[in-house]
Amino acid sequence: MSIARPEPAPTPALREIRGPSALTGDMRRFVTLTRTIAVMDFKLRFFGSVLGYLWQLMRPLMLFGVLLVVFTQIVNVSSADDFPVALLLGVVIFTFFAEATGGAVACVMVRENLVRKIHFPRLVIPMAVVVVACFNLVLNLVVVVIFALAWGIAPTWTWLGMIPLLALLVVFTSGLSMLLSALYVRYRDIQPIWEVVLQVTFYASLILIPYEAIEIKSPTLAEALLANPLAAVIQESRHLLISPSYVDAGNGMGALWRLVVPFAVLAATFALGLWFFNREAPRIAEEL
Amino acid sequence: MHAQAPAAPAVVVDGVSKTFHMPAEQAHTLKERVLRARRLRGGSSFIALDDVSFSVQQGEFFGIVGRNGSGKSTLLKCLAGIYRADAGSMSASGRIATFIELGVGFNPDLAARDNVVLNATMLGLSPAIARARFDEIIAFAELEDFIDLKLKNYSSGMMVRLAFATAIQADADILLIDEVLAVGDAAFQQKCFDVFGRLQDEGRTILFVTHDMATVVRFCQRAMLLHHGRMVQIGPPTEIAEEYLRLNFPEQSDQAGSSPLRSGDGSARIEDAWVEDAGGGRRTTFLSTEACVFRARVSFAQDAVQPHINIVWVNERGQNVFAVATAAEPGGSGIYAAGDVVDLRLSFVASLAPGHYAVTMVVSHPGSGLDFMDRWERMFKILVTSANAAGGLVELPHELTIERAAPAELERSA
Repeated sequence: MSIARPEPAPTPALREIRGPSALTGDMRRFVTLTRTIAVMDFKLRFFGSVLGYLWQLMRPLMLFGVLLVVFTQIVNVSSADDFPVALLLGVVIFTFFAEATGGAVACVMVRENLVRKIHFPRLVIPMAVVVVACFNLVLNLVVVVIFALAWGIAPTWTWLGMIPLLALLVVFTSGLSMLLSALYVRYRDIQPIWEVVLQVTFYASLILIPYEAIEIKSPTLAEALLANPLAAVIQESRHLLISPSYVDAGNGMGALWRLVVPFAVLAATFALGLWFFNREAPRIAEEL
Repeated sequence: MHAQAPAAPAVVVDGVSKTFHMPAEQAHTLKERVLRARRLRGGSSFIALDDVSFSVQQGEFFGIVGRNGSGKSTLLKCLAGIYRADAGSMSASGRIATFIELGVGFNPDLAARDNVVLNATMLGLSPAIARARFDEIIAFAELEDFIDLKLKNYSSGMMVRLAFATAIQADADILLIDEVLAVGDAAFQQKCFDVFGRLQDEGRTILFVTHDMATVVRFCQRAMLLHHGRMVQIGPPTEIAEEYLRLNFPEQSDQAGSSPLRSGDGSARIEDAWVEDAGGGRRTTFLSTEACVFRARVSFAQDAVQPHINIVWVNERGQNVFAVATAAEPGGSGIYAAGDVVDLRLSFVASLAPGHYAVTMVVSHPGSGLDFMDRWERMFKILVTSANAAGGLVELPHELTIERAAPAELERSA
């Protein structure tokens, strides 16, 4: 067997070994690794069971179905006739958020073998979790679009606005995922804590009870809820995707400039997550 | 050994230290941290590496040896970038690939192709190159018939072959290898070393961690011995192997003393007995092929004419491997008066297989030799160690040459 190898440089210069880090400065390797691990993970779920991807779809759809029955047939939270579409969209976006952050919490522990045995940018691990969640989000959004079209909603140019909006959502989710996965290495009770937080977030993100329903009772509360980037993204996506009758996030907060708040939360979360993960990365292998 | 450019360092390690903190009680939750804040501050720290410095030349096969807990794996992990060293600096020229374990990242639910791509990507190849070399990897691993089988259905041998075939594809200039070979059978290990040899011929540098001295002596050009995190010695592998054996088979405690194993009529007494090295120091551990001297002091309470003195070395299986009897020696043992004290010296080379050897000494009245003046069975043991034992009972001095027979001679014999 021949082992192909680029012609060795005469004498490669000595470079310092700095030890493990979050990124190692090698962006290409980071991207390749994250993609490879995410694709393999996705494949595993896809082919792992008889019905494969159907189960992946079932989770948000079942939640949607139950909520739809309860909140249209038993309790009436919205009079809007496109409420089911709005609900499904909210559930799908939240599912992405919960899957990514919930999965990120223990991800370093799950990949313990890699962390202890091989040198690679540590940030790959939580990011691969987020990427897998992104794959699922895209596939779920296809379902949402089909559902919306079936409901009689006509496609418009505003749909393109979903792209930057989802990008912001991914940035926010990534920040939290980095923070949680690094925290978990030190504090194992992050896992139950985060489960509780996710539950609260579900109700505080305008998924079930739309903005309009809350605004009637308390405009201040409705405005305050939009400070949560997840809620703002869900509200804005309804405005863009379903109907302009859903108030956009800026106006929902009372004034466009108030959008500074969710943006600031988002940016701060990402910066904090990146900083903390980067700080913890060198010691992750020994702290596990 | 190999034609090389004037030696340039491939790896330079300077004063590297690494300490692990081991809290008395590990706190993994917030509650534990708050409730036991005071207690947790204590705990001990374990110095895994203490000011280790060395450098490895390009194209060198360098061994790092030491027993479990000596810090050799920690050193490798620091070099690999898995742990961060607390102090000191390390540098390397070129790309490093680490084989701490074969098949890192293998997933039992994926087929060979996916696992190869996954593993190769972890080792630093691009997925495209990994896919391109897939056939080559499978051929080397001899797994052509099992490409589509999920890894969970592979035998452990198949898995190891696949992992090794993938690992050697890593385009690295420096290979860090940590006892990955312990898993395979002899044939597989040979194949591994063939590959390492070829990689080395291509000019790559190999750092190899092991506690198998035979491997070190066979393959390494230089080696370093670590003991309790400190560097003890760097040098030729044979010297390092000897030092390793010396360090790790500590001197045996002397088991002398009156015991049921001693009998005799008291007309003579073995006062003391020991073994010393060529320099005259008392030791109980010797390298095979090392010269040593058995010494004993015997005092006579009665006159004795040509008493028999026998010295027998017995191995762990109870076999007499080496015996000396004055009755068989040309000069006999001599004539002594009551009160005489004699010193006995028996020089020999410990050409023995590695193992423990107990010595029995008998002083008896002339005649049958069963009339004991003093018989002391299993007075003490010595330990013989060897860097390259082939399995025989003894290691006789030898010389081995193998030459290709001249064609003319072959014809004649045909």
